[in-house]
Amino acid sequence: MPNLILPFEIKKDFPIFSKIMRGGNRLVYLDSGATSQKPRQVLDAERDFYELHNAAVHRGAHLLAEEANEAYEGARQVVADFINADLSELVFTKSATESLNALSYSFGNSKPGSRFFLEPGDRIVVSELEHHANLIPWQQLAKRTGAELVWFEVTPEGRLDQSKLEELINEKTKIVAITHQSNVLGTIVPLENIVARTHEVGAVFVLDACQSAPHFAIDVKALDIDFLAFSGHKALGPTGVGILWGRTQYLNEMEPFLTGGSMIESVTMTDSTWAQAPKKFEAGVPNMAQAIGLAAALNYLTKLGMENIANHERELTKYALTKFSELRAVTVIGPKDVVDRGAVISFTVDKIHPHDVGQVLDQYGIAVRTGHHCAWPLMKKLGLVGTTRASFYIYNDESDVDALVDAIAGAQKYFKV
Amino acid sequence: MDLDSLYQEVILDHYKNPTHKKLSPTYSAQVHHVNPSCGDEITLNVTIESGLVKDVSWDGVGCSISQASTSIVADLMIGKEVDQAFQTVEAFSELMASKGTSVGDEDILEDGVALAGVSKFPARVKCALLGWLAFKDAALQSSDKQGEI
Repeated sequence: MPNLILPFEIKKDFPIFSKIMRGGNRLVYLDSGATSQKPRQVLDAERDFYELHNAAVHRGAHLLAEEANEAYEGARQVVADFINADLSELVFTKSATESLNALSYSFGNSKPGSRFFLEPGDRIVVSELEHHANLIPWQQLAKRTGAELVWFEVTPEGRLDQSKLEELINEKTKIVAITHQSNVLGTIVPLENIVARTHEVGAVFVLDACQSAPHFAIDVKALDIDFLAFSGHKALGPTGVGILWGRTQYLNEMEPFLTGGSMIESVTMTDSTWAQAPKKFEAGVPNMAQAIGLAAALNYLTKLGMENIANHERELTKYALTKFSELRAVTVIGPKDVVDRGAVISFTVDKIHPHDVGQVLDQYGIAVRTGHHCAWPLMKKLGLVGTTRASFYIYNDESDVDALVDAIAGAQKYFKV
Repeated sequence: MDLDSLYQEVILDHYKNPTHKKLSPTYSAQVHHVNPSCGDEITLNVTIESGLVKDVSWDGVGCSISQASTSIVADLMIGKEVDQAFQTVEAFSELMASKGTSVGDEDILEDGVALAGVSKFPARVKCALLGWLAFKDAALQSSDKQGEI
C-alpha cells in the first residue's frame, strides 16, 4: 500500500520547521508525545477568531456573540464527530489533566445512592502504565473516600498483564481508569475484555486517550467506554483546551466540579441548579479560540485520514525498531514489534544517562523527551531511572529516524562508551 | 561544539570517579533531594562539629551533571567553616544564574568552575544545583540541631 502521508509536504504547513536549531541543524522534532507542533491552519483559525469574531460565548445578543457562539459550538461538533460522540456529551476543559480531575472530583462529590458514590470497601482500578494525570486523581480520590486503589501490573515486555482481570475488577469496583496507549512505552492496551468486565460488575470505564486520539481513529460507541479524556495540544491543537467525553446519562447524573457562570439553570442567594451537560461542566467563559483552533487541528487530521496516519506511524515505528536493533549498547524499553504498539520508542543507552543523551541529541537539532515521563511508578517497576523517548507524528519520516540513530552513535562517541 | 563547554573533562572525571560517594554511618544531618521533573535523586550526609564541616558523603542516581556536581561540592566543603561553606554555595548559585556571562571564581569554587558552562543551558541548571542545595539544607539542619544543644 502506498504511504499516503507525505511528511515533506506536511512540514510546509508547520512554520516551526524552518527554525535553525543548535549547531545550525534543521529541527528533528521527536517529542510529539509531549506536545505536537501546530500547522498554519490552526494558528490562522485562532487568529481569525480573535480578529473577526471575538466575544464571550453563551451570553450577549450582539452579532459578535452570535458568531463566537456559532464558531465555538461548531468546534464542539467537529470534536464530537472526531470520536463519534453525540454533541451533548462533549465537554471542553482546559486540559486532559483537568478532564480527569473533573471526573474524580465530581465522583467524589456524589451523594449516597449515586453510582459514583465511593466509600470504604469500594474499589478503583488503574494500571502501572498510567501517566501521573490518570493515576494521581484516582489515588487521591481513593484517599479522600476510603476506597481501595488497585492496579493492573505491567509485564517485563511492557504489556498490560490482564491475567488477573476478574480478580482485580470485582463486584466492589466502581471505577476503572486505564490509558489507551502508554506515553512511555507505546503499548496500546486491548480494551475489549477490560471494558466488558467493568460493565459486568456495574462499574464505569474511563479511558485516557491522550496518546491515542491524535494517532488513530477513536470511536467511543464501538469501544463501549463510559468516559474519555484527551488533550488538544497533542493533536496539532493549541494548549489550553482538553476534552472530556461522557455518556449523556452519566453526565446528567454527575455533580459539577467547577461552579460559576454559564453552568447554571437558576441561582438564588442560597441555592443553585445546574444546566444540562455539557454546559454543566463548563463554568466561566471557556477557552474559545483554543477550542476553535482544536477543531481546525482535527479537521486537518481528518483530511489526512486517521487510518493513513496510523499506517504511516506504524511503518515509521517498524523502520525505527529495525534501526535500533542494529545499534550497539542501546535497549528499547517496551514492545519490540508493532503489534498493539504506537509510534513511541523509549530507550536507554548503556553508561549514558538519558539527560546526557538528550543533551547531545539537542546539539544535532533533535528534540526528544528524557526522564521519567510523568510515569514514575512505571519507571520504578521497570528498574529504570529514566529513558530517552522519541515519539513520531505526521511530519516525521525515515530521515528523522536516521538522524536520531546517527546522533545516538555520536553521543556514544562523545562520552567514549 | 557548545557541548564541550557543558561537559568539561573535570565533570566527566567526577562523573566516572565520584568523590565521597559512600554514605557515612554517622552524621549530624541527612537529607534526600530529588529533581521531580527528571528523577535525579541524592541522599547526602553532613557532619558538622564546632562550626566546621568535618565530613560530607552522599549516594545517588542521575545525569552526569548532577552526579559530578555533587561529587565536587562534597569534596569542596569538607574542612570549611560553615559560614564560608554557605558563602561558597551562594557564589555557585550566582554562577548558575549567570546565563553564561560568568566564569566563576576558581579560588572559591575550585573544580566548581568547570560547571560554569551549565549556566548556558537553563534546563540543566537544576541538575548542577541539586548537590549544592542538598548540602546547604543538610548544613542548616545540622546547625539548627547544634543550636538546640
